[in-house]
Amino acid sequence: MTGAAAAAGPVVVCRALRKRYGSVVAVDGLDLEVRAGECFGLLGPNGAGKTTAVEILEGLLEPDEGRVEVLGLTWGSHDGELRQRIGVQLQETQLNEKLTVEEIVRLYRSFYRRGPSVSRVLQMVQLESKRGSWVSRLSGGQKQRLAVACALVNEPDLLFLDEPTTGLDPQSRRQLWELLAGFRARGGTILLTTHYMDEAETLCDRVAIVDRGRVIALGTPRELVASLGAGHVVECTLAGPSGLGATGLAALPGVTAASASGRTIRLRVTEPHRVVPALLAELDRQGIDLAGLTVHQATLEDVFVARTGRHLRDE
Amino acid sequence: MSRREYPTHPLLELTLARLLEFAREPEAVFWVVVFPLALALALGIAFRSTGAEAVFAGIVEGPGASGVRAALAPASGIHVRLLRPDQVDRALRDGEVQVVVLPGPPPTYRFDPTRPESAFARLAVDGALQRAAGRKDAFVPREQRVQVVGARYIDWLIPGLLGMNIMGTGMWSIGFSIVWARTRRVLKRLAATPMARRDYLLAQMLARLVFLVVEAGGLLSFASLAFSVPIRGSAAALVVVLLVGALAFSGLGVLVASRARTIEAASGWMNFSMLPMWVLSGVFFSSAHFPAATQPFIHALPLTALNDALRAVMLDGAGIAAVGGELALLSAWAVVTFVVALKVFRWT
Ligand SMILES: Nc1ncnc2c1ncn2[C@@H]1O[C@H](COP(=O)(O)OP(=O)(O)OP(=O)(O)O)[C@@H](O)[C@H]1O
Ligand SMILES: [Mg+2]
Repeated sequence: MTGAAAAAGPVVVCRALRKRYGSVVAVDGLDLEVRAGECFGLLGPNGAGKTTAVEILEGLLEPDEGRVEVLGLTWGSHDGELRQRIGVQLQETQLNEKLTVEEIVRLYRSFYRRGPSVSRVLQMVQLESKRGSWVSRLSGGQKQRLAVACALVNEPDLLFLDEPTTGLDPQSRRQLWELLAGFRARGGTILLTTHYMDEAETLCDRVAIVDRGRVIALGTPRELVASLGAGHVVECTLAGPSGLGATGLAALPGVTAASASGRTIRLRVTEPHRVVPALLAELDRQGIDLAGLTVHQATLEDVFVARTGRHLRDE
Repeated sequence: MSRREYPTHPLLELTLARLLEFAREPEAVFWVVVFPLALALALGIAFRSTGAEAVFAGIVEGPGASGVRAALAPASGIHVRLLRPDQVDRALRDGEVQVVVLPGPPPTYRFDPTRPESAFARLAVDGALQRAAGRKDAFVPREQRVQVVGARYIDWLIPGLLGMNIMGTGMWSIGFSIVWARTRRVLKRLAATPMARRDYLLAQMLARLVFLVVEAGGLLSFASLAFSVPIRGSAAALVVVLLVGALAFSGLGVLVASRARTIEAASGWMNFSMLPMWVLSGVFFSSAHFPAATQPFIHALPLTALNDALRAVMLDGAGIAAVGGELALLSAWAVVTFVVALKVFRWT
C-alpha cells in the first residue's frame, strides 16, 4: 500500500479553489499541497471553510473554480480508483444506529477491493470488545473510533478526517491520536481539520491556518509559533477603564508586539521574567489596578490572534 | 451473527444491512406486518355477509300509530319504533330509522331516496302495509340466494387490501429509510466510498421483497383462515404478480425519496403520489364507476394493474399469461422509476 507513495510527489494539490453558497464565499482562493507521509492540518475557526475545502478534495462537492489533484489523479475522470485509495471521515456522520459495530465495518469493507479483515480493523481501533454492540449503544469516543474504522477498512493511502476529536473527552482524544499515529507509522498520509490548536500541535507535521476561506499562515507548528518572534504571551486584564492602550505598553523592554481587546491587553514577549516586573511597575506608576495576569508559552492560537485579532474558538 | 471476516458482494451486504435494520425496528415491523392484518380483520368483520338486511321503520305517535304498528308486526325483518314528531328528522339523519310512516289515510312515507337502504325500507314497509290493507300478491316468486365463496365482497376486497399494502408499506419503508440516511449524512458517507450507487438503491428494493414474504404471506393466510378467501390461481402466478408489484412500488418509493431533504417533504410527496391510487385504483369499490374518459389514466396506475392482476389470479384462477398486460405495465413502472431515481438521486 502506502510505502510506494512516499517517494512520489505531493498527495494533494489544490490551486485557487473557490466555492460560493449564494452570497457566502466559503472557500476563497485556497492553495494547498500535502506531501506523502505527512499529517497536514487545516486549523481555523467555525465557518472558516475547512469542511467545504475538504469535501471538495474528497470529491463530494464541486468547486466553482480551481484545480484539484489527489494522488496524482483528478475527480471526474478517476473517481472509482480514487475512492478505492482514500479513507474519509465526515464531520458529524451518524452511522446506522441499529447495526452492530461488526456489521458496519463489514458493510464498509465490502465496498473495497482490498483491505484488512473485519477483526483486524476492530483491533486497530480497539473496538473488539464492542464487536456485537449496536452503534446507538456506543459512547461518543467509541462512535468516533468506529467512524475512523470505516475510513481505514481499505488501508487508504490518504486519510481525510474532518474534526475527528470535536466533542470528545481528553482520554478519547488521546486514544484517537494514538490510532492515527499507528496509521502514520504504516506510511499513510493524513489531511485533517481541527479547531483545537493542541491537536494541531501534537498531530500535524504542517499546519495551514485558514480564515474566511483562505490560508493565512502555513508551516510547521514550530515555525508558525516562531514567526511571532516571541516565545511567550503575557495577558493582563485591567480592573477598570483607563486610558492605557496597547501602545502604552509596547515600548516596555522585551515586548515584540502588543494588542488590546476591551480591557485585556496581550503582549508578545521574548523574556517574560523581565517583562512582568516592568509591566507591574508601569501599572503601579500609573495607578492602574489589575484584575488578572497570565503568562503562557506562545501557541498556534496566538498565531491566529496575531493575524486576525480574533480567537479560534469564541469562548 | 456468525463471524464473517471478509464480506461478500456489496449488494448482498447492503441488503442484509437494510433487513437487519428493519427487523430491529419494532415500530416498522408493526406498521408493515401487524397493522395490515388488523385492518383486514376490521374490514372483514364490517363487510362480512350478515344475511338479509333488517329494515328500521319509525312511526309518528298519534291516532293511527297503533294501527300501522299492528299492520307491520307480521312482516319479518321490519323493526318498528315510535317517534315523537320532533324526533323524526334527527332519527332519519342518524340512520336510526330508514323510513318514517305518518299514519294516514293514506299514510305518508318520509325517507331519503338517495340512500339505498332508505329506498329499500320504503318498498318493504309499503309492501307490508298494502298487504295488511288487503292487497293480494299476484304470485309468490321462487328465490335463488347467491352466497358462494369467491363472489362475496370480502373475496373482492382482500386482493385490493393486499395491493394497497404493498404500495403503502413499500413506499413508506423505502422512502423513510432513504430520507433518514440523507438527513444523517449516511448517504454522503456512502458516496465517499467506491460503492456502486445503483447497488444502494437495488438493495432497498431487494430487502423490500424479503419483507413482502412476511407481509403478503401473513395477510393471505389470515384471509384464507378467517374468511375462507380463495386463491384459485397457481402459487407461481401469485408470487410473480406480488414480486413485480412490489418492485414497481419500491421503484416509486425510491423515486419519491430521491431528492427530499426532510421526512416532511418526503411524506408530502408520498401522499401526493398514493392518494390518486387509493381513490381510483379499485381498492374498496370498483374503478369502473369512474367516467370513461378517466379510464385510460386509471389503468395506467400501478395499483390498478396490481389489483386487477391479484383479483384475476386469486378469484378467476388466471395464469401468468392472462395477466401479462398488467405485469408488463408494472415492470415498466419498476424500471422507469428506478432509472430516473438513479439519475436524479441526491447523495448529499
Ligand atoms: N450547504 C451550504 N449552504 C449554504 N452555506 C453553506 C453550506 N455549507 C457551508 N456553508 C457556509 O460556508 C461557510 C464555510 O462552512 P464550512 O462548513 O466549510 O466551515 P468549517 O470551517 O468547516 O466550520 P466548522 O468548524 O464549524 O465545521 C460557512 O459560512 C457556512 O455557513
Ligand atoms: Mg467543518
